[in-house]
Parts: sequence; C-alpha cells; structure tokens
Amino acid sequence: MADAALTPAAPAQREPHHFARIFIIWLVATAIADILIWFFLYPHLAPGRLTSSAHGDQYDMTVLLMCAAPVLFAVWLWFGYSCIYFSNRGTVPEDGAWYERDSVAIQVSWIAITSLIVFGLFVFGTYELIAPAGAGGGEGPSAIWRPPGAPSSSYAALHPKPWKPGSHPALLEVQVIGQQWLWTFRWPQFGGMETTSLYLPTNTTIQFNVTSLDVIHSFWPYRLGVKADANPGVNNVAYTTTTGQTHSFTYRCDELCGIWHGDMIGTGHVVSQAAFYRWATTEEKKLAPLTRHLPPYSLTYTPSLHGAGGGLYPQLDKPTPKSTGS
Amino acid sequence: MAIDQELYRPPPPVTPPEGGSWRQRVIPWWPHPNILTGILLGAGGYALGHFLGNVIAGNWARFGNTNMNDVALIIGYLVATLGFLVGIGALNYPVAKIFGLDPPLAKAAPRGLSRYFAYTPDHKVVGWQYLIGMLIYFFTGGMFALAIRTELLFPRYHSHIFNPETYLTIVGIHGTMMMMMMTSVIVGPFGNYFVPLMIGAKRMAYPRLEALSFWLTPPAYIILLSTMLVGGFPTGWTGYAPLANEAVQGMDGYEVAFALMALSLIITSVNMIATIVDFRAPGMRWTRLPMFVWGALTTSVLTALAPPVLFAGLYFMGMDRTVGTALFVDAHGGSSYLWENVFWFFGHPEVYILALPGFAIAAELLPVFTRRRLFGYNVSAAGMIGVCFMSWFVWQHHLFVSGINADMRPLFMLTTEVISIPTGFIYLVAMATLWKGKLRFEVPSLFVLAFYLNFLIGGVSGVFLSDVPVDVTVHGSFFVQAHFHYTIMGGLIFAFFGAIYYWIPKMTGYEMNKTLGWIHFWVMFIAFQLTFIPLFIVGELGMPRRYFEYAPKWATLNQTASAGAYAIAISMIIFVINLVYSMVWARKRSVENPWFSRGLEWQTATPPPPDNFERIPLVLSHPYDYGNPIEDIPVADLRGVPTPAVLAASAAGVSGGSDEIDDPPGPGAGPGDRGGEQ
Repeated sequence: MADAALTPAAPAQREPHHFARIFIIWLVATAIADILIWFFLYPHLAPGRLTSSAHGDQYDMTVLLMCAAPVLFAVWLWFGYSCIYFSNRGTVPEDGAWYERDSVAIQVSWIAITSLIVFGLFVFGTYELIAPAGAGGGEGPSAIWRPPGAPSSSYAALHPKPWKPGSHPALLEVQVIGQQWLWTFRWPQFGGMETTSLYLPTNTTIQFNVTSLDVIHSFWPYRLGVKADANPGVNNVAYTTTTGQTHSFTYRCDELCGIWHGDMIGTGHVVSQAAFYRWATTEEKKLAPLTRHLPPYSLTYTPSLHGAGGGLYPQLDKPTPKSTGS
Repeated sequence: MAIDQELYRPPPPVTPPEGGSWRQRVIPWWPHPNILTGILLGAGGYALGHFLGNVIAGNWARFGNTNMNDVALIIGYLVATLGFLVGIGALNYPVAKIFGLDPPLAKAAPRGLSRYFAYTPDHKVVGWQYLIGMLIYFFTGGMFALAIRTELLFPRYHSHIFNPETYLTIVGIHGTMMMMMMTSVIVGPFGNYFVPLMIGAKRMAYPRLEALSFWLTPPAYIILLSTMLVGGFPTGWTGYAPLANEAVQGMDGYEVAFALMALSLIITSVNMIATIVDFRAPGMRWTRLPMFVWGALTTSVLTALAPPVLFAGLYFMGMDRTVGTALFVDAHGGSSYLWENVFWFFGHPEVYILALPGFAIAAELLPVFTRRRLFGYNVSAAGMIGVCFMSWFVWQHHLFVSGINADMRPLFMLTTEVISIPTGFIYLVAMATLWKGKLRFEVPSLFVLAFYLNFLIGGVSGVFLSDVPVDVTVHGSFFVQAHFHYTIMGGLIFAFFGAIYYWIPKMTGYEMNKTLGWIHFWVMFIAFQLTFIPLFIVGELGMPRRYFEYAPKWATLNQTASAGAYAIAISMIIFVINLVYSMVWARKRSVENPWFSRGLEWQTATPPPPDNFERIPLVLSHPYDYGNPIEDIPVADLRGVPTPAVLAASAAGVSGGSDEIDDPPGPGAGPGDRGGEQ
C-alpha cells in the first residue's frame, strides 16, 4: 500500500533544522516573559506585601509563573510549529515520517527533565511553607511550624502573655469566630473581649485562632496572605507578621456556608502599634459590661445540649479547652 | 477468549404460535416492559415510598416549608427508582431466573426506534442511549451555568435575578450535573459502543448490567432536578457536611441521585474491566490494545474503586439527616473532617475519572490525523496507569488550609506534583507524534489539538494549586474554578466533541457537516478562553467561588466571562443544529472509513452490524502503524478464526507470510484502500 502516490516527494532542498529553530524562539520568548514577570508583574502581583505571608505567597506565585512560562512556551511553540510545518492541507492523506522504534533517549530525557522540575518545585514549595511558619495557611490546633515566640501548646495559647506596643517579638493572639453569617473576633490579651471590627498593629506577629460555631467557614483576609478554615469544635491556627505598612484589608468567607456566604465580608485595618493599643484598651473598657456575659475565653465553643432554649453559651459549659486532636 | 463469545448466540427470532404465546394472549401490550410502564411504576413507587416514609417517621417533619420529612423523601426516591427499573423490565431476567422460568428477554430484541427507549442488552443501543442521555445532561448543566453567569453579570447593589437560595441551588445543580451525571460522558457512550468493536468482541461481558448502568441515570437526573421543588440544596456539588446536615430537604435528592450515579459507575466499570480483560480477540495483545481502550480500562479501575467510598459517605449523610446519627456533628462527637476526607478520597480520583478518557481520546485520534505511528505506545499507556495509580494519594490537597494534618502538607504537595510526571507522558507522546507527521485539519483533529492546549493550562495551573503557599491565596477562589474548568471542560468536553465528530460517521453511516463543525469548533474554542481566562485573574485578585454578590471592581472581568459563556452556548446551539441537520435533514452518506483509520472498529461495515463482526477477527498488527514502509500489514483479518498455522505466525510476530492474509481483508483496511470518495 505504500505506493508512490502516498509517499512524500523527495525534498528538493535540505531539510531545515526544525528543532534548533524552535529552541531559539523558545529561548527568546522565555527570556522576555521571565524578565517581564520578574520586573513588571512581581511587584504588583496579588496579594501584595502587607504581611510576611502575603509577600511569601506573592514571591511563590512569581517563581511558579517564571517556571510555567518556559513549559507553556515549549508546548505552544511545538504545537504551533508542527501545525505549520508538519501539516497536510490537501484532501489526500499522506503518511508521516516512519521510524523503526521509539527513541529511548527522548523518553528518558523527558522523564528526567519533568522529574527534575517537579522535585525542584517540591523542595522550593516545602521550604517556602516551613520557613515562614506555615505561609499563612491554617495549621490545625497544634501548629508544628511556628514563628519565634508563638505558644507551643493549646494551653499556652489560652493564656497568652500580655501585649504592649514595642514588646517585640511578643505575639498578638486574635481569635476569629465564624458563624452564619458573621465574623467576630475575641482578644485574649485584652480581657477576652469580643469585637465585630478587626484592627491589627504594625510590625507584629499575629496568631489567628480560627474556629466556627456551626458549619465550616474559611477565614480569608486576602491582603494578609492568610487563609484558615473555621471548623466547628476545632482551633485552626494561622500565623502572619505585619510589616511597617498601615493599610486596610478585606476579609471574606472562602468556604460555602449557606445562603449569605457571599455576605460574610468585612474590612480590617493594620494601624500603628500605638493606635492599635489605644483602640484595644478603649474597646476593652467600653465592652467590659458585655464581656462579663460572654462565655469564658476558650479555643473552641460547643453549643451546649442544655442551651436548646436559645442560649449558645450557657454557664454550664466548661471553660477548659476541648481536646480537639489533630 | 474467542470461544466464550462463540458460545453466545443471539436468540433466534421467536415465531409466535397461532394466536400468540400465552403471555401475549393473556396480557395486553401495555404492561410489557417499556419506558411508559417505567414512568408509571416510578411515579407510583414514589407515592408508595413517600407514604411509607410518613408512616415510619411522620412525626419527624423537620421543615415547615415543604411539610415533608426526610425519611419520606429518601424512601420515596428509592422506591420510585425501583419502580422505574421494574417497569422498564430490568428485573424480569433475574426474577425469572430465580423462579426457573423462561427469561422474558429471550424474545427477539426490539427493532426500530423503540429499542432506544428499552432495556436492551445491545451494547450499541446502550451506547446511543448514553450519548443522547449525556448530551441532555450536559445541556441541562450548561443552562444552569448560564444562569450562574447571568446572575454574576452584575456585582452588588444592582439587580439580582435570583434570590440567594435559588442561586446556590443553581450552583449546586450545575456542579452536580456536570461532575456526577457527566462522569461517564466518554466511557458511557463511546466506551460501551466502541470498546467491543475495538477489541474485536461481539458484545460486552455483562449486557444486562450495561443496560442497568444506563437506566440508573435517568432517575438520578430527575431526582437531582426535583430538588428544586423542595427548597434546593445550599452546599454545591461537594456537599460539605455540617452545612448538609442543616440544609433543607433538597439535600436528600442530592444524596439519592449521587448514590444512584455511584452505583451506575460501579456497574459500568465492572462490565468494562471484564470485557477488556476477557473479550479481546485473538492477537489483540496488551501491547496492541488501542489507547482508547487503555483509557477506558484505567478509568474503570478508578470508577470501580472510588464511588464505593462516596456511597459510604452519602450513607453517613443520609443517616445523619434521617435517623439522627451525628457522624458529622462536632457537638455530638462527630467531625466535619470526616465528610471532607471521605468526599475527597472519592472526589480526587473522580477528577481523574474525568481526565483519563480525554487523554485516551486524544491519543487515539492524534495518530490517525498525523498519519504517523503513535510515539511511545508504552509510555502513553504507562502515563494513564500512572495517573490512575497516583490519583489515590493526593486528595488532601483539597484540605491544605483546613487545619487537618498540617504536617502532611509537604507529602501531599509532593504527590500532587508527582502526578504531573505521568501526565507529562501524555504530552511527550503528543508532541513526538506531531513531529514530522502530516497533520490533517479535520474537525476532530482540531478538537484534539484544543484538548492539548486547554489541558496544558489546566495542568500547569494545577501545579500552582499544589504549592501550599500559593494555595493559601488561591484556594477556594475563582482561580480553582478556572483551573478545573480548563481540565474538565477544556480537556474532557473538547475530547468528547472530537470523539462525536470522529465516530458519528461510523455510528450512523452519515457525515457531519464540516462547515458547521468548523464554526462550532472555533466559536467554542475562542469563547472558552474568553470565559475562563478572566476567571483565573478574578480568582487571583481574591474573588471566592460561589459568591452571589461581589465587589464592583471585578465587574468587567465577570462580564467578560459571562459574555464568553453565552458564546459557548451559541456554539452548542450550532452543534445541535449540525447534529440534527446532518443526521435528519442532509443525511449525506459517509464513506466507509472517512479518516483512513487503522482502528479495528473501522474495519467492519458502517454502521456496524448487530453482531459487530461476522467472525471474531484475528488481530495482526499494531493499530497505529501508519505509513510503515517495511511491512505494511492490515490491522486485522476479518475472515474469522484462522487456521493454526496463521495463528502461530501471528503469535510469533511474523505476518504477511501466509497465503491466507495476503490479499486485503476488506474495505477500508489501510490508508490507500478507500473506496468511493475523492
């Protein structure tokens, strides 16, 4: 069946060096793209540089984009080039070039290159996860990657040292409580008061203790580079460190939690340490009459069986932290 | 292998005795199993089940809005499904066997249009049923997608088209329809239709299970849609647990429908695995198995093992909602992590259940259109097996910020990134097969090229998501949504349409209109990019998924995506017009083998005869040996069971040596052998 009509005519001129052509175009395109990404996209890439974890996420995203660009260009160029040079636009099919057996060298080098990229990314990602203490992600009740000064146990988290401006590196603990469909915040270092607004000081390491009262929510202050699921009965810890920059940020719910999921948003503010301290102490005093009626500060809250009449935190609830396991 | 099939003979047409058989004399026509009796018994079954549920748990009615209780709904759905299956005749054969009677299905299989509405063991009819069913499910899910994009045209404080409850139900039904009803979108239609043809078999291993696997899907579809009548469900397709426990009664429909689909998937996969392992024609070695069959096999391994886990989870959820267990309720000793783990232990293999058939179609079609041997056959199969295997070890990357097993995150980051190595094999094969080929731009090959380009973006963005620090930013955002639409819609659905354009001429004997096909492709391809590239950006900028209202600064990107979604809908309309025009109106006869394929399915008559092959063919060579200048061997000898001498020659890998197979075995055997058209 391999008659003359179907075999391609002998090429009149020398076959161009296709691979070299693709390689050169690829090299130029990759270099341009990576330069553009590093110098022009990186400084503006989400989620910004408001905190250490946000900056870390931004850096990771940039590195991954710079790794993705060559891969994308390689495949696109290869497909595009093949569509132009190795196509047949006639109506009669022609057979492509024949080869006896699959090249082992090509297969082995492909596997080697992809494995190298993958393991490189793994090492990079692991370093970027562990070195900045969990990269702002929720680490569960007993975080193993902690910033300096962070309490190592649930008990220590329940009884934090007081926080004052300038007491670096003292840690500020903020408990984030999700419920349908509202975020509230409790401040163990300020008498366990509960607020609906969120202020954070500059240049401070912050420990978010995220929990929920009903269904799964996810606390996502986007510009802080933090995200932690709020699970009922679980204390999910996430760390970040604010920089010297003051700014406001939006926090949202990132896990579908019912009809007003999209409305669980609010605006927080990173303010100077003095301003924060002023705000916190004023609030503490203002809220003191209400704080007395709250259940004692705890890492998780369980609606009591005895509270069926509508009271979520009757005094029957024990103030000790619930053992959450991991 | 061949012997088993030779034992199977289609039953001879029964000539009824004078005055008809006793059954025909005693029973009028309408109680014979058909779709109308099915619907009738289904409706009756629902009423019965609902009544029983109220008897059992009438005093447990939990919600005022529907005045129903969960027990009544769940039992109603289950009895309705059972009634439907009884009505359509699914139980005739097993029940008759139990009582030692003649199986009623031994009658001659129905002919004509009515067989497409019947419970039939004919794998080609089931393939058609699946194809039409899947298209209906796909278009229904697509309508819900349009509703989502319409609601998201405007940010906050402008006009709302739906209220938040309806919106979340729409989101949930879109997701569930696409992820669950569409799971067998390729293995269902093309697997059932073409796997026997590709491996040289006359039928599937378990024809009645095959019919059952399809006829479980219409009840699931109806039940899923009926959730809208009882308040919908607010959880999306993932059904996260404490929320599912407190949801209104639409949640029950989600559970039952999803469980029925899980059952259907398990049945399909058992049948598929048995067929591929046992029913291969002589000479169809594992090293000659078409790539599509490898894809069907690896997918079936996943669908045999993953849905049982889901089934267990749905059972837990049903117990929580009906009899008052508290498996997912923290306050009573359960855990919200339980559902997350069970669901994603099913859910991540599920994602590859949706990816592997796309790989398979692409690898199957590419050599046909490049007219070049498939590079790295072993690597291609190994890629699919590797993905199939690795997909079991990655599920916790959905829980990177959930607070569970935080110290295991590097491990799951590694496994998730490692899975891109076998996926990379698929790209190596494609790139090397394109190289120095003679690519022809037919409609199916365009869809296959689009598959590779879209899936590339989906896969690379998946590596971003596997990286924990980046995931902290993009987890649960529209970035994720764009990512998996690139893999599933851009990958699987493009491959699905490629397969339709490729195989419809074989299934019907009529050509699809090429111009309309081109328009369909280009509108769909461009609209798809227009829809989902803005969603990558909007997700990276911080917009979470499943939001009903959003910040006005994201309006332009969302409106671009919505415009793209409408354009995708237009491309689908063009496809339907093409399908109806080509198959009903124009009816242009297709040539025997329009793509000059070496695939075994193209060697038999078009459309395939009831028994596929007159005799079980003898497979002589590799399906992808295009343009072999050294020894040009036809892919199979269709003249049946060969003499021992020929068999020995084939087994030794020497072919063409025997007189028996010197002449071409039939029309359309090789690239040059193409009668008729030019």
